[in-house]
Amino acid sequence: MAELRLERVVRRFKNVVAVDNVNLTVRDREFMVLLGPSGCGKTTTLRCVAGLEKVDQGRIYIGPRDVTELPPKARGIGMVFQSYALFPHMSVADNIGFGLKIQGRPREEIKAKVERMAKLLHLDSLLDRYPAQLSGGQRQRVAVARSLVIEPQVLLMDEPLSNLDAILRLEMRAELKRLHREIESTTIYVTHDQVEALSLGDRIAVMQNGRLVQCAPPMEIYDHPANIFVGSFIGTPPMNFLEGEPQGRSGQLLIRGSTFTAPVPPALWEQVGKLKKVVVGVRPENIEVVLAAEAEATAAQGTVGVVELLGDHKLLTVDTPERALKVSVPPTAPVQVGQACGLRWKEDKLRFFDPETGWAITA
Amino acid sequence: MERRKRGLAQVLFYGGALLLAIWTLLPLLLITLAAFTSRSELYSWPRSFLPRELSLESFLYFAKAHGVMEATLRSILVALLTILISLLIGAPAGYALSRFRFRGREAFRLGILMTRMFPTSLLAIPLAIMYINLGLYDTLLGVSLMHVTLALPFVVLTTASLFMKIPYDLEEAALTLGCSRLGAFVRICLPMVTPGLVAAAIFTFVVSWNEVYASSVLTLRNRTLPAHIMATLEASPLNFRFAGGFFMTLPALVFIFIIRKRLLHMWGVAINK
Repeated sequence: MAELRLERVVRRFKNVVAVDNVNLTVRDREFMVLLGPSGCGKTTTLRCVAGLEKVDQGRIYIGPRDVTELPPKARGIGMVFQSYALFPHMSVADNIGFGLKIQGRPREEIKAKVERMAKLLHLDSLLDRYPAQLSGGQRQRVAVARSLVIEPQVLLMDEPLSNLDAILRLEMRAELKRLHREIESTTIYVTHDQVEALSLGDRIAVMQNGRLVQCAPPMEIYDHPANIFVGSFIGTPPMNFLEGEPQGRSGQLLIRGSTFTAPVPPALWEQVGKLKKVVVGVRPENIEVVLAAEAEATAAQGTVGVVELLGDHKLLTVDTPERALKVSVPPTAPVQVGQACGLRWKEDKLRFFDPETGWAITA
Repeated sequence: MERRKRGLAQVLFYGGALLLAIWTLLPLLLITLAAFTSRSELYSWPRSFLPRELSLESFLYFAKAHGVMEATLRSILVALLTILISLLIGAPAGYALSRFRFRGREAFRLGILMTRMFPTSLLAIPLAIMYINLGLYDTLLGVSLMHVTLALPFVVLTTASLFMKIPYDLEEAALTLGCSRLGAFVRICLPMVTPGLVAAAIFTFVVSWNEVYASSVLTLRNRTLPAHIMATLEASPLNFRFAGGFFMTLPALVFIFIIRKRLLHMWGVAINK
């Protein structure tokens, strides 16, 4: 196991910069999730680390070694492909043992290691089967076993769960988490699924248009998105965004839109005060709905447009003159479609962004 | 109404297929029957459609005839040499076509087919002169090279379609598991395309085995079997001709029968891509 470091890595395809100056350090034994929409460069970044894609600029280090120019086999990586890429003409045991065989290890050692790995991934009864005879989840586990048995310093996973159906995906997600706790490999895991990212990652690196936008622990990504993109990409439904102008009033700084106000915490006054316009971001669960009687006194007013009962909560779409806001309320809340309501923010959960750059305003 | 229309279409379709089949099979049947008829019966008149008794007399006569065995051996050598050269050149070209995006890739693919545009008869005389200058004339290698040019387009296009069906992921997985580029090809790609390569080899064999024209022009003493039969046809008796004809078609029929499914498959893919 080792630390992995990317320094100013650039990868271009003709006119497109697929990976744009990415700096990223994955700590020893850390589970790092690369998250982003399709085409953001996350898979290309992973393939650069694997050595399957050459790097146009920058360096890649695994532990103290500069591996930038090394072929995949000399890097000490293991990779799980989205398609699993199992060898169809080999049995499960031969698939798992392939890497060891290439290394020229003695047969008994290969057998012992394959069996141990198979046990760890519940494949012991399937060693004689061929990939075509396995279910999706089993194939997935063979692919993981095959990449782990060579004891890579860094494990790379490219959307490993995306070909599984929903229930199996949940199961495998928990399985991967358990596995990582047991073998503690330094891992990079590429996904476009933010739920997977939040549940698996020690830290999440969010990419957009080839750039690394934010790299932080899941809760920080969720609570303090570095820009509007991150706030809207992570969380279902995404963060609500409202644009307004900063205004000072009776010793306070407020963001005022045509129909809402939001107080700015003193730490941000200086920065926010410099801007003409500011975007306020607030997550659905950080908005409280206040029904008719006392609605006047709240931060914004609207009408309940849609009520969706989602089991553990109700998701409201509240139409305000500005825009429709998503609000999450307890499943028992007595809300009706068409009802007028007031909205109140959990003020410490409000986030502020510069509309021109999209970046969060921080102290 | 609709059903009747469809019925009519089916009748036409199967009728057409039947006609084509008869067109192809009838001469084969006649040759086969004649090949197993004894010499005396072959020349008798009136002659029954089916031979009175099956006889290997014509075959033995054909096999023992001057030069036939040597020519057969040469034909087999030429065919094997053709297979070797075609696969050595064609398979890597097919691999390149399937794996790499390079400038002029489509033009290259089309160009390969275009080599089949020129009739052999047009090229034969200049080719013969060139061969004489190069010292290739009347050699097995010379005939093989000619056959390679005939078989190569097929080999390149079919191997390309074979490799195309193998996801590149598999080779990349092998790379991450410790293989070199060549190692990944040999350990992963090659075993998976072997059945297809065998089919391509068999087809190449048939192409070479059946080729008459170029072999006749490019050889004098070292004739391949078709060239030998062709050269002696005028002067040989009926039973020699029939036995020879049957002997020539047999390997082609058997081999094509063995690989028929794969052949359609390969061509289908090659045409669709």
